[in-house]
Amino acid sequence: MPNITIDGIKVAVPEGSTILQAAQEAGVNIPTLCHHPDQSVKANCRICVCEVAGSNLLQAACSQPATEGMNVKTRSPKVLEARKTILELILANHPQDCLNCLRNENCELQSLAAEYCIRDNPFELKVRGLGKDLSTPALFRDPDKCVLCRRCIEACSVIQTVNALGIEYRGQKAMVVPTLGKNLIDSPCIMCGQCIHACPVGAIGEIEEIDELLAAIADPETVVVTQIAPAVRLALGEEVGMPTGDLPMDVLVAGLRQIGFDHVLHTNFTADLTIMEEGHELLKRLKEGGKLPMFTSCSPGWTSFCETFFPDLLDNLSTCKSPQQMFGALVKTYWADKMNIPASKIFSVSIMPCTAKKYEASRPEMQSSGFRDVDLVLTTREIGRLFRMSGLDFEKLAPADFSPWMSKYTGAGVIFGASGGVMEAALRTVYEVVTGETLADVNFTAVRGFEGIKEATVNLKGTEVKVAIAHGLGNARKVMEQVRAGESPYHFIEIMACPGGCIGGGGQPITKTNKKRLERIQAVYEEDQACAVRKSHLNTEVQELYKDFLHEPLGHKSHELLHTHYQAKDKKFL
Amino acid sequence: MAEEMRLVLRNLGKIDPLKIDDYLAAGGFNSLKKALGMNKSDLIQEIKDSKLRGRGGAGFNCGSKWNFAAQAQADQKYVICNADEGEPGTYKDRLILENDPHALLEGMAICAHAIGASQGFIYCRGEYPAAAEILKEAIAQAKDKGVLGDFDVEVRLGAGAYVCGEETALIESIEGKPGEPRIKPPFPPVSGLWGKPTIVNNVETFVNIPLILEKGAAWYAAIGSPSYPGTKVLTLSGDVVHKTFFEVPTTTTVREVIYGLGGGLTAGKQLKAVQIGGTSGAFIPADQLDTAIGFDELSAIGAVLGSGAVFVLNESRDLADVTARIAKFFAHESCGKCTPCREGTARMSDILDKINNGQGKAADLALLSRLGRVMSCSSFCGLGQAAPSPLMSALKHFPADYEARLN
Repeated sequence: MPNITIDGIKVAVPEGSTILQAAQEAGVNIPTLCHHPDQSVKANCRICVCEVAGSNLLQAACSQPATEGMNVKTRSPKVLEARKTILELILANHPQDCLNCLRNENCELQSLAAEYCIRDNPFELKVRGLGKDLSTPALFRDPDKCVLCRRCIEACSVIQTVNALGIEYRGQKAMVVPTLGKNLIDSPCIMCGQCIHACPVGAIGEIEEIDELLAAIADPETVVVTQIAPAVRLALGEEVGMPTGDLPMDVLVAGLRQIGFDHVLHTNFTADLTIMEEGHELLKRLKEGGKLPMFTSCSPGWTSFCETFFPDLLDNLSTCKSPQQMFGALVKTYWADKMNIPASKIFSVSIMPCTAKKYEASRPEMQSSGFRDVDLVLTTREIGRLFRMSGLDFEKLAPADFSPWMSKYTGAGVIFGASGGVMEAALRTVYEVVTGETLADVNFTAVRGFEGIKEATVNLKGTEVKVAIAHGLGNARKVMEQVRAGESPYHFIEIMACPGGCIGGGGQPITKTNKKRLERIQAVYEEDQACAVRKSHLNTEVQELYKDFLHEPLGHKSHELLHTHYQAKDKKFL
Repeated sequence: MAEEMRLVLRNLGKIDPLKIDDYLAAGGFNSLKKALGMNKSDLIQEIKDSKLRGRGGAGFNCGSKWNFAAQAQADQKYVICNADEGEPGTYKDRLILENDPHALLEGMAICAHAIGASQGFIYCRGEYPAAAEILKEAIAQAKDKGVLGDFDVEVRLGAGAYVCGEETALIESIEGKPGEPRIKPPFPPVSGLWGKPTIVNNVETFVNIPLILEKGAAWYAAIGSPSYPGTKVLTLSGDVVHKTFFEVPTTTTVREVIYGLGGGLTAGKQLKAVQIGGTSGAFIPADQLDTAIGFDELSAIGAVLGSGAVFVLNESRDLADVTARIAKFFAHESCGKCTPCREGTARMSDILDKINNGQGKAADLALLSRLGRVMSCSSFCGLGQAAPSPLMSALKHFPADYEARLN
């Protein structure tokens, strides 16, 4: 336990601690920019430099080990001069358009500029003029704003193993580029949006489509209907200043009605429906010797990853559409009929924790209803902005109800939001369908939690079914390599592109740490626990859907509306 | 009158570099034989006792460095020769590579034995293809003769990046990655190439090794400056009569080098400044010429010994002009990893251009000083830390050159 002194404060820290960690221990705040608590140390921005007695060089607090007897000054004139100059150097290349930026008021560089009283920058403003990359339907890149911290590269290449981003050129010409300087759409990017959470500034973000929504609402002929994904509610509160999980569902519904949605429904409904279809698909594959292991297909970032990197294993993917797209196909068919609204007048919006969903909704095959099934996808962040724009006070808003037919859900639908949730929901239903018995305990705790790869074995009337769960594509890749090598022991594998599952999705409120992801996971299971019904097959609206419209899982109508196919991505870089 | 002392260049012009028998006839590989018969700790102690310090610029005690790698436990260790001689005005490593390649191989093999390595790499400057060919031929001959035992050496060519002279950037480059420096610690002797204990020494450092073993540590330690014993190969350029190389003991003064061996300035001009150690070296004014070309002696006046380049400027030269060109060089060579160097080198170049275009204000000089201070203490690696020193020294000793250009 080295003893070190920081700004006169003595502190003992564990062996291997950095000055930054020691300073946190001592209650001293050292500014950072390239540092990310869940990533490797980069030490390239140099904002965190400190004075260490005995050295003329300033040391980066994020990388310099704290050693016995070290005496550190974090706010000496030399340190302040260096930090201020470094900030001025960064800002001298940075577009000065905070007012127009997606990250206005939520930007690490902006905060540092304010903290260090950057006023008249002596360095001449020289924006690089590289322009935005708007090539994908989900994400944009604005390399002019990039501060070259490289956090996005680590998120993309190390955590997700997608390797869509890298550094090209050197010196002041250095820039983060999609593969070999291509547009993002021509890179292996799967639009998971994890780079957005990693970015300290506004250099990467979602394609914002708030105006498209407002235009639809403004049109009196259009019936604007929305679905809300399971992971949205608990994180949306964060955007309007509430603790994670505290925004009540009925208040959220009221808020959406205030904004102007004609009908508010819930993706949890089709999450339950997904379990019916996917559960039966698994049983069919098990019974008829279909391709195993079967992979879940709810996460469009993941299915794109499979299409890009594992095209040889596409037959293992469940043919079930994601809950968003099942919803989209039904809202303009089944629901339109039930409500007696012409499908042509319906503008179908989905509110998602996800950026890849914007891409998924735009895929040409997603038009089973005869129209584009989901017209617009808005992320949790965009809805947060709409709420702030609307001036709603969620403490005072009177609760409101969902519209009927596609809004009832069970706890099984709720847990889709967390890694392991789809698996647990499937197991709850599959077990009861196969055994005809009622589960004594619906909680499959082995599949929960933040462990990168989880596994469990379930006994279905003498048949051992082995399952695995991976979240984050780096973990998915490990599981997939095993499948490709023919060494996978599993029958069913749940994969979510984002760390923690949808609660950590690329469209969620900017999520700096895994600690925040864990809080949201906690909130997911609390909501499940509070549900009276926690098994998808007991969802009465789903039962009615089958009775009146679909008739049976995997039936003709299901095949037409709820199932899809995949296509190997022809990307020349591989 | 200063005289040359050829230790490092002992075989230059005397043997055919492409004939290993010439090197053997000159006593070559006897030191390696001697080293192989020595206990490893005795061998390292011998190098420590010689007080040999690295010739690449950092001046770290060679034996101590080797000791770190020798102490490290690992299944594989590496010896790397830094032959990425990219410092403008410097060609002393090239002289050795092209004229005495086997002395380098012998020095590396002794190091390999001392630390317990079986694989070596020579990272050769990309612009030295001829040297690389000679090295390859020398390695082939040495393997053929079996003189290196189980020590294997490969040549790796750089791709032209100046920063790859920084040892961790060099290691990254050998690993096939972009040449960018690594966070230190860990230092290469603990975790270097592919995470294994690695010694990176300069060409000139390695070539001293066989000599130390042959003649003894005490003999070596008595040559030149006590704190930086031995000789230094210097390469002279600029406004000096003899634009060539000399090897001198490290007690020789800058004045003796320029006016003695160098033959003074061309066209009878007066000296304005001399830059020693390469492009990142400080400018030394005429009143400090009696400083010895030892590591600590030059450090004491705010200069560096560096690579041993000696760049002489006569009275007609304008430092505002010279430092603007230097600034452009660093802006081009910054790898772009850290903010102070990436942005600082480019801004330094821009501001100097502005001053030279007659648009500078007094505030620009103050800004240059602040920028230089911050870069030198907060940059990630030696490149950004050293890049401001020519300008900082020029502003200190020759402020009039800049003030004359202000608007």
